[in-house]
Parts: sequence; C-alpha cells; structure tokens
Amino acid sequence: MSEPTQVTLCEDGPMLVRGEVVVEDEDGQRHVSSRPVTAVCRCGASSLKPWCDGSHKARAAGGPRARRLGSV
Amino acid sequence: MSTPQTGNGQSMPTLPRARGPLSAALIADLRGETTLVDRTPPEPAPLGSGDEELALWLLYELHHHGFDDAVDGGTEHEWRPDLLALRGDLERRLEQRWRERVAAADLPELPVGAEPADLARAFFALCEADTGAESVARFLQREADEEQLAEVLRQRSIYHVKEQDAAMWTLPRLPDTTKAHLVTIAADEYGNGRPDDLHAQLWARGMRACGLDAAYAAHVDGALPAVLEQNNLMSLLGLHRRLVPAALGHLAAFEVTSAVPSRRVVRGMERLGAPEPMVAYYREHMVADAVHEQLAVRDLVGSYVAEVPGSEPEIAFGAAVCLLAEAATATAVLEHVRRDDETAAGEDVA
Ligand code: FES
Ligand SMILES: [Fe+2]
Ligand SMILES: [Fe+2]
Repeated sequence: MSEPTQVTLCEDGPMLVRGEVVVEDEDGQRHVSSRPVTAVCRCGASSLKPWCDGSHKARAAGGPRARRLGSV
Repeated sequence: MSTPQTGNGQSMPTLPRARGPLSAALIADLRGETTLVDRTPPEPAPLGSGDEELALWLLYELHHHGFDDAVDGGTEHEWRPDLLALRGDLERRLEQRWRERVAAADLPELPVGAEPADLARAFFALCEADTGAESVARFLQREADEEQLAEVLRQRSIYHVKEQDAAMWTLPRLPDTTKAHLVTIAADEYGNGRPDDLHAQLWARGMRACGLDAAYAAHVDGALPAVLEQNNLMSLLGLHRRLVPAALGHLAAFEVTSAVPSRRVVRGMERLGAPEPMVAYYREHMVADAVHEQLAVRDLVGSYVAEVPGSEPEIAFGAAVCLLAEAATATAVLEHVRRDDETAAGEDVA
C-alpha cells in the first residue's frame, strides 16, 4: 500500500499537495503537476489556475470578505 | 587534466577588472603577479565604488568555481589563511553595516515563542513591509524597453547563475527536520533530478534566447556595487554557522517576495515580446515560488524555530536583510537603467 496523500491547507492561501497530482477543473480539463509539492489555488484569483501563483495575497489584503473566502 | 566546468556547463569565469586598490591587489595576487601574503592589504576605495564589494565577491567566488586565469584556477587560494583573514575583515564590516541598516529600518518583528500559525502570519506580514523602494518587476511590467530589460537581466544574472547555492551552505548545520525541508525546496531549484530543469539552467537558456551571455559570472564587470553586495550578503549568511537562522530567514523572505513579482515580469516580457525561454523562467517561478514560500515559511522556518527556540529575532534579521538588500538593489538598478536610457537618447540626437 502506498502512503495516503498528504494535503495541507494554508491560511489565506493555497492547498499544498505532496506527490504527483492531477486536478480536473470545472470544464473537465485535467492538469498534471509532477513537482514534489504542489500549491493548488483555493482563492480563485490565480492567473495560472489550478495552481497558486501568490495572487491570494492581494485578495487577503482586500478586506474581511476576501479574508473569509480565502480560508476554510 | 580537463578544464573544470561551471554550473552552466561552460568554461570557467575569468577574473573581472579591478575597481580600486583593494580589488586590484587581490586580483594581482590571485593571478600570481604579486602576493598579499605578509602584506597588509590596501584600504579599499569608499563603499559604493564597488572596490570592497568586488573584493569580497572574489573571495567568496573562490569557494564556488574559482577563476580560469587565477593560479591553479584559484584552488590553492581557497583556504589561504591571509585571504580568509581578509575575508573575515570584510565580512565583519559587511555584517555591521547591515545590522545597523536593519536596526534603522524598524521593520515589523517576529513574535518569540508564538504558535506556528501566528509565526507564519507574522512572517508573511514582515515580507509585506514597505521598504520605500520602487519595484523592478513593476518597472519591467509597465515601462521598460528592450534594452532596459536586457540590462536588468544582466544585473540579475549575478545571482541566477548560482541560484540557491549560497543557502545550501547551511545544510550540514541544520537540525534534521529543517534539513529535510530545505532539501524539498532545493530539489525543485535543482531540477528534481533532471539537470536540464535546474533553475540556473532555465536561466541560462533564457539568457541565450535573449542573445545575452549566459556564461557563469559573465556580467560581473558591469554589476552594480549594490548587486555585488546583495550577492555577498547571501554568502555571508550561508557560510557562518552562527548566522544559520538569518540565512533561513533570508531564504524564506526571498521565496515570499518572488511569485507575485515574477508574474509582473512575465507581463512585461509578454508586452515586449521577449523570447519564450526567458518568459518560461519567470513563469516557472510564479508557480514554483508560490509553493516554496509556503514550504519555506511553514516548514523550513517553522521547524527551525521548533528545534531552536528563541531564534526568531535572527530569522527576522535575515528576512530584513533580504528585503532591504533587494530594495537597495532595485533603487540602484532602476537609477542605472534610466540614466543609461537618457544617455542613449542623447547620443541618438547627437
Ligand atoms: S491560493 Fe494562491 S493564488 Fe489562489
Ligand atoms: Fe528558483
Ligand atoms: Fe524558489
């Protein structure tokens, strides 16, 4: 048995996934990442979705609503 | 014996031109023309001339690839007591300068003994601090022309040809958990087992595509003193066990301040129609550093603080050095490329 996939949720930021990952987006398109650790965007603001590109920072700085959306 | 090669698979760098009495004496010594052994090295020209900055950069470079035109490529110079003593003197001056600069800047502090999530939040907040400097990435995004972009790339190349290397000096001195986290980040920087994907190689491909010299240390003669100083600071923090927490703080701040500026650089390069391999370097950093910043702050710094309680102020010092050195470099680089632009425009008219 392989180890279970480890996922870390970052406050006001992305979800970190360890190991190779495939993300299927809303349109059914599959995105593969083979980095050791991948940051998946949770805030919706990334310009390279589904991956995080740091854009959540501008969002988090945007106010209380943005902050709520950015965290689980 | 075959000629040793540098990280770019190219021949070794040659010694740069001197910028004052100290760098001149050092270069002559490394070439074997004169010797500094049993002599007091000359006083450097004032800071900002690049003399002292270049001398220290040369001494650090002896621990990297050395120089083709130094005696034995510089291998015998690497551990010479007199050169190490000179390096120590220059390092003490460098560190004192930056201790003072950081104290004067009065950036936000990191809480001592905080919960991991609070420490991470404080670290990200520290990296948002306004240093008062204009951003090079914004300049590239909005207004740079092609030659200004090329000059920024030449200045940046001083670091990117040895991307991540200085931080790796810390590896054997880290607690085991922190070691593991540093290697996770470094694996990405060094291509995850694929030499072609090494970030320094991605950089070299980008430079070649732009028609710029991609060889190791190719642009040192034109490097601004602030750029050399920024480079020296990374070596200083990496090479001293005492400064390990500062090196980690520096690395984390470096990663935290990379993804968003990389996006701006990509926009600027797309605006200018820059060659795809160079754009690819920065696009890779939008994604890679969005990962690295989380790993560096939460895992790397977080694990170190857990292992070495009370290290927060030194971690904050390293982060501040990163932010302020980038601010100083940005100010110097922007002043330089705008002035050159005016000169070029003047020549056009004449
Ligand atoms: S979570 Fe980072 S850009 Fe969306
Ligand atoms: Fe990198
Ligand atoms: Fe990175």
